[in-house]
Amino acid sequence: MKDELILGGHSFSSRFILGSGKYSLELIKAAVENAGAQIITLALRRANEGGVANILDYIPEGVTLLPNTSGARNADEAVRIARLARECGCGDFVKIEIMRDSKYLLPDNQETIRATEILAKEGFVVMPYMYPDLNVARDLVNAGAACVMPLAAPIGSNKGLATREFIQILIDEIDLPIIVDAGIGRPSQACEAMEMGAAAVMANTAIATAGDIPAMAEAFKKAIEAGRTAYLSGLGRVMEKGAAASSPLTGFLQD
Amino acid sequence: MIDQNTNHMEYQPGMEQIGSEIQDAVISKMNECDFDSYTAADVRQALQKDVLSPEDFAALLSPAADPFLEEMAHRAQQETRKHFGNSVMMFTPLYIANYCENYCIYCGFNCHNKIRRAKLSMEEIEKELKAISDTGLQEILILTGESRTASSVEYIGEACKLARKYFRVVGIEIYPVNSDEYAYLHTCGVDYVTVFQETYNSDKYATLHLGGHKRIFPYRFNAQERALMGGMRGVGLAALLGLDDFRKDAFATGYHGWLLQRKYPHAEIAFSCPRLRPIINNDKINPKDVHERQLLQVICAYRLFMPFASITISSRERAGFRDNIIDIAATKISAGVSTGIGDHSGDGKGDEQFEISDGRSYDEIYKAIKDKGLQPVMADYIYV
Repeated sequence: MKDELILGGHSFSSRFILGSGKYSLELIKAAVENAGAQIITLALRRANEGGVANILDYIPEGVTLLPNTSGARNADEAVRIARLARECGCGDFVKIEIMRDSKYLLPDNQETIRATEILAKEGFVVMPYMYPDLNVARDLVNAGAACVMPLAAPIGSNKGLATREFIQILIDEIDLPIIVDAGIGRPSQACEAMEMGAAAVMANTAIATAGDIPAMAEAFKKAIEAGRTAYLSGLGRVMEKGAAASSPLTGFLQD
Repeated sequence: MIDQNTNHMEYQPGMEQIGSEIQDAVISKMNECDFDSYTAADVRQALQKDVLSPEDFAALLSPAADPFLEEMAHRAQQETRKHFGNSVMMFTPLYIANYCENYCIYCGFNCHNKIRRAKLSMEEIEKELKAISDTGLQEILILTGESRTASSVEYIGEACKLARKYFRVVGIEIYPVNSDEYAYLHTCGVDYVTVFQETYNSDKYATLHLGGHKRIFPYRFNAQERALMGGMRGVGLAALLGLDDFRKDAFATGYHGWLLQRKYPHAEIAFSCPRLRPIINNDKINPKDVHERQLLQVICAYRLFMPFASITISSRERAGFRDNIIDIAATKISAGVSTGIGDHSGDGKGDEQFEISDGRSYDEIYKAIKDKGLQPVMADYIYV
């Protein structure tokens, strides 16, 4: 059986979502190709309306655009940006990003739920970026989200899985794909997220700021594939407290 | 009539008072700073932290940090790339009038300086806007001299409405106004307000600003907060380095921005780092002890203290300095700059505010950014 990522009825074989916001434009194509990415995010605020060096000109054909709502400070603004993205021909996918903190860019979970509900009703494939909280994740499911995108660490921090335990809870409890977003700094961290059972990983800064961008994109691709394969094959048991006793304690049981 | 006998700390009629919470905190903390007390150990500790305290910021501005400048530049570069990637924003200032009612002894526009005064009509403004927009720029900063009589809030508002027709991002650098007037300008399409405090030392401030509403220190100090209360998305701050003790002024500027962000977490904070420049009828004005080395130290300290803040590098600096600073810490650079009136679409009808050092065109700056392996970005905001 093919191992596919399903988002809003669309299927993808790649589990690596690439950001586009921090690159030199000429490098986007090579990054997408080496990453094997089928989905690339796009900040609508960067997509110039016919201006010079339009980012859309650099995105290879056949890649699904995932416009995000960065710049939105509340649900209403996010909804307006999403509708604008659709009008601009960016498709039905939308990644909700709502921040009202300019320092850490942490998402506002409450407003995100509200925007998800409105946009899902309008037929968008809604992919909400959120702070990993189980109750919020459940609300997002009920609101019609296509997946849940918890942050690993603050955007751009490259700190890795700082919220590991809470992301694991979402993976264990939520039926939608859990896509780890933000803060992943190294391929090994992306691999670990995939081993945990994340459905996909999204990365931007880690690749955009690498010395050799296409090579780092490829390294992430391999790490994500390795992590996925490890997850599917069932990780070996890890001994947490000493070895298993060789003489069973329950051998006396009869009947 | 506000003249040098007017108490510069006293609000005048019509000036909105919003309290002095941030101002008091900035002034007292700045006065506590003893920059000679910091040691190499303090600087090292600051450089190891992810999130710097105001004390760490002061250490990085101190003389003890000077031997660490190379390391500071590397750390600043890392932080800039983490938060902004390869992006460098481009914009240009458009001076629409140079009438001024203030007497600031270091400024070319001051009311006693004999220069050609001018104010553009709406038709002339539109001509300038078109000429600039044709270059490819999408962000503009509208500036005036500080005269409510010659350049009313309504005049500026109408100019900004026109600017929004041609540009995706409109900022203003005008005389400070009340929060309801900022709210009005916001409805005209303005989203960024920059006000230079010039110096945070209020005694020194009084000796430099001898007349006009600008003499009133607290009204100017609280302009950014009033702008945020009026609904603006971002505010810019700066001290004009070289007027007073640059370490104190840089500390106060950074701490002012830091406190504003804490009180208004959604606010986008921006710093400019101007140094004194020669003006018409006074070519002796210079930034004194703020050499390029000190300027770089200040800019790196801003970046490490506020990694997420926008930093603009002025055309007051030479091309070689600007090209390197966008590789380290600055995230915004002006291009095709003229500080005179009407220069973009004609011969100019009013004189300039100060002499610029980097007169490169849009195309030249665009290329300089690309040559550094960075990405010129014309606009990074969507109006919703």
